[in-house]
Amino acid sequence: MFNGDIFTFLKPKNELESQPAKKGSEENRPYIPDAMWVKCPGCKDMILAADMEENNRVCVKCGHHFRLSANKRIELLADIGTFEEMDADLQSKNVIDFPEYTRKLKSAQIQSGESESVKTGVCKIGGIKTVICVMDPTFMMGSMGSVTGEKITRAFEYATRNALPIIACTVSGGARMQEGILSLMQMAKTSGAVKKHSDAGLLYITVLTDPTTGGVTASFAMEGDIIISEPNALIAFAGPRVIEQTIRQKLPKNFQTAEFLLEKGFIDMVVQRSDLKETLYKLLKLHMFEGEVLPV
Amino acid sequence: MNAFDKVTAARSVDKLTSMDFIERMFKDSFIELHGDRRFADDKAVIGGVAMLHDTPVTVIGLEKGRNLKERMERNFGMAHPEGYRKALRLMKQAEKFKRPIICFVDTSGAYCGIGAEERGQGQAIAENIMEMMALKTPIISIFIGEGGSGGALALAVADEVWMLENSVYSVISPEGCASILWKDSSRTAEAAEVLKLTAQDLFKLGVIERIIREPKKDEYKAFESLKVLIGRTLEKNSRLSENELVETRYNRFRKFGNS
Ligand SMILES: [Zn+2]
Repeated sequence: MFNGDIFTFLKPKNELESQPAKKGSEENRPYIPDAMWVKCPGCKDMILAADMEENNRVCVKCGHHFRLSANKRIELLADIGTFEEMDADLQSKNVIDFPEYTRKLKSAQIQSGESESVKTGVCKIGGIKTVICVMDPTFMMGSMGSVTGEKITRAFEYATRNALPIIACTVSGGARMQEGILSLMQMAKTSGAVKKHSDAGLLYITVLTDPTTGGVTASFAMEGDIIISEPNALIAFAGPRVIEQTIRQKLPKNFQTAEFLLEKGFIDMVVQRSDLKETLYKLLKLHMFEGEVLPV
Repeated sequence: MNAFDKVTAARSVDKLTSMDFIERMFKDSFIELHGDRRFADDKAVIGGVAMLHDTPVTVIGLEKGRNLKERMERNFGMAHPEGYRKALRLMKQAEKFKRPIICFVDTSGAYCGIGAEERGQGQAIAENIMEMMALKTPIISIFIGEGGSGGALALAVADEVWMLENSVYSVISPEGCASILWKDSSRTAEAAEVLKLTAQDLFKLGVIERIIREPKKDEYKAFESLKVLIGRTLEKNSRLSENELVETRYNRFRKFGNS
């Protein structure tokens, strides 16, 4: 009864770099929300999907953090009814006429229900107004194309103009190769916008989630004033498979996990999903301007 | 030449390296500076100060090495985080002393390895990109061979980016693209084509300002004209106020994918 293929989210980490589209698999397969059981990659037990969903997609047995869609994460973090989306109408184009890209975009839109790999907007967290960018793992593995970069850049520019803090929740396989060099340019574009926001004395918090790799790691994901990660998330520049192929040796067990990055000094803290909103709230509150009060 | 011929030419061991350009253009005036002050001196990155005609400049290059021994020493031009941090240190130094910066880019990519990841390859590249975006001194980057993804961009957030006619600049190697997208390494040439990675393609996309004719090893006139062209461009940018300079650079990158 359990079909291990139902949840494409559950693939082992090393498989996470974008795979070629196999006919009738991955990409085109519908997400089945009412599947009863899922196998937890953390404890390897079968757990009730409904329990896991109820628990913000965290395994009730071992605490393994499953991936969260952009909508679910916004629901988790934003005060009810406060999220106002920006630039929802921006759509990717096949600018360099890359084969199959137009079709892939369409199927990513259908599969994820999102128009791009990031959703941006303003919301309140514990009553504090903030800009928020949330990437979606189901949209072409959160890859960064021109519109992804554009939406993030506009969100930073909006935050700078309005003297607001900004939070970016990342999940990404890296730059989107179907847009060639233009996807690489998004690393510079977004970083420029981060820098302006930073130079204006404003707070930027990144929340790294599994997996954050490649061009996203090598740009705005690592540029936060404060960098938070979810437990056990894969955070890398080069993915583990690429490294294993390059150096032809097995990688240490804990390598490139959030906990590993914490130990090496590259992130500030590892925070459980259940504590994420409160942690963000405390940090936002601490950075409020002197004399500012919540508009409640 | 098709796109893959360009890739092959860009990777050729006969191609002039950053050191070749530095020697020919700056001769004895080049003084090499070493180290990132944090961890090590990465030999995949060469950096230092030199005179461009009468102007002091900072010169930084990704260096592949000119023979096997050098190539091993220089890790085939694949920098570790300390290489990018050395580059950033020298760029900050250039800003302090109001020297323009000239970068030579030639790398298949940032190194993929345990040490590189442990020491924050992604963070190092991100920091370079972000800091270069706001550096208050003119920057020119010249691609002289391979421009592999983020590892190349970390030295190419510049006011102008130029490429030699047989150089390439891409988000992913054609091999990587073919194997990830099609699981078929025999389609590498096709991947090179669709990635639009040649100097000519990139000029059309508005990603670079100039294509530079490939100079021959001892064609001293060609290096002299390149110097003149660089000098003129740096001078033009030096006349801008610091804010105008940074704002112009911001807008240069801001326009990509803004439609
Ligand atoms: Zn579990």
